[in-house]
Amino acid sequence: MICGIVAVGAVVAFLARYHHKMDLEQWTVGGRGFGLVLVWLLMAGEIYTTYTFLGACGWAYSRGAPVLYILGYGPLMYVVSFFILPPIWEVGRKHKLQTQADFFQVRYDSPLLGAFVALVGVVCLVPYLQIQLTGLGLITEVASFGAIHRTPAIIIGFALVAAFVFVSGVRGVAWVSVIKDLLLLSAAVFVGIAIPRIYFGGIGGMFAALVRAKPNHLIMPGATTNLGHSWYLTTVLMVSLGFYMWPQYFAASFTARSGKVLRRNAVIMPLYGITVPLMLFVGLSAVLVLPGLSNGDLSLLLMVRKTFPPWFLGVIGGAGALTAMVTAAIQLLAGATLYAKNLVRPMLAPGMTDQQVANVAKVMVLVLTSGAVVLALYSSMSLVSLWLLGSAGVAQFFPGVVLGLFSRRVTTPGVFAGLVTGIVVALLFMLTGRDPYHGVNAGLIALGFNFGITGVVSLLTPMRIANFDEILPAAAGSRSGTSVSLT
Amino acid sequence: MKRPSLGSLLFGLIPFVAVCFSVNLWDRVYPMVFGIPFNFFWLISWLFLTPLCMWGAYRLETSRTTADREDGGGR
Repeated sequence: MICGIVAVGAVVAFLARYHHKMDLEQWTVGGRGFGLVLVWLLMAGEIYTTYTFLGACGWAYSRGAPVLYILGYGPLMYVVSFFILPPIWEVGRKHKLQTQADFFQVRYDSPLLGAFVALVGVVCLVPYLQIQLTGLGLITEVASFGAIHRTPAIIIGFALVAAFVFVSGVRGVAWVSVIKDLLLLSAAVFVGIAIPRIYFGGIGGMFAALVRAKPNHLIMPGATTNLGHSWYLTTVLMVSLGFYMWPQYFAASFTARSGKVLRRNAVIMPLYGITVPLMLFVGLSAVLVLPGLSNGDLSLLLMVRKTFPPWFLGVIGGAGALTAMVTAAIQLLAGATLYAKNLVRPMLAPGMTDQQVANVAKVMVLVLTSGAVVLALYSSMSLVSLWLLGSAGVAQFFPGVVLGLFSRRVTTPGVFAGLVTGIVVALLFMLTGRDPYHGVNAGLIALGFNFGITGVVSLLTPMRIANFDEILPAAAGSRSGTSVSLT
Repeated sequence: MKRPSLGSLLFGLIPFVAVCFSVNLWDRVYPMVFGIPFNFFWLISWLFLTPLCMWGAYRLETSRTTADREDGGGR
């Protein structure tokens, strides 16, 4: 069953290649011709990932109410995207941008800053890739009743992902995410309603039983000691501001046909989040039905396995596996392109052609995949914790992007200094185990420092307004040759 | 870059206040609504109310764009 679903996905990905000549732009941003539906599917496909399904269910099981933060940042990140994605898209169209680092390079006229942003982006993507690999391993192990061991499952799945990234690029990924969305959406609705109904006579019955058995599980800090209200507030803020700073989501906005598509998308996307509470209901049911699991991330799959016949576990497993693969493919595509285009070309080999960049990117797909495979096999962090780690890193791009779009006064040294400060602060807190710090999300503290330093250093350094006017679309005057470095 | 209008920013602020900043006020089990604890119910409702707010913001931004001039974000 799982194999069948994955195979259909692979065929669609390969078919999507037809009718489109694959140059670098087509491979990375789909030729910039995606309309509302395809962008919606692509973004939903990337955003509702293994982490949303296994991870949200897992946190509802093991932590309780703090998992509400996922339900909180869901709509808010789209509010942020409503304001920042259309102008980002506009700059992208004018200067033929393909990556997030391109944006920094052009806006701040600094290949060095672009390369640094690319480096940070690639590093932050690794834990996110690791999530998909870990998820894939969990799914296969549970769905095969332990017959297929996690290690071979991870390796086979990712060989397939790497293959389809190679062949079809972003367009193939978008079409596969159509299939997996349909599967996942219907599966999530069904499971989220059926499981509480089977065990407790309905969602109301499930909550009533949980309130009686474990009343504290349902309000923050739930089963934890340090994830209270201030943690919720600061984490939701950090994640919703930082969400579109993930290189792959940032770059996904370039696939849109117009800024208006992105804006309409931002209006309707929160509705898609309705699958998240359903996953939470499954996790909460598991608290009473399957107490004592050592790994909460298994709760969804084990509940399904306990409740439904094996073929249905196969459907869920197949949908989950496709999700992990689509997400991983997007991340690989983003990471590899960043590395080749913004790190290798400007820093080491300026004379590379687009074709050579594409080749380096393809090699990097393999390198990144292997790196994440190794991490997935040896690390034991929960899916949500891994994700929060990467999020705190990419959120540090926020000041550079937003000030870059809307302010004239921000300067290259300012953004550089702020970004470095933010990352150093975030690392200091996280590596010394001080996240959350007195109940405040460390990523947000770092973001505060980042904003402060960006502002102060910008005011102390001279601004280069002449260049600025040519970069940004609002001052659409004569612009001759500014995009040379990118085309 | 043209900044978003104050009106649409205010529309965008509503979900932030409701979902993020006011967590002290709504993080409670009672009153349960349709058998769902209040905090879960509150956040689920904002999955539907946020698009309403942003639809308002969308109307403001598009009318502003077409009234202004036709270069920029149109098409």
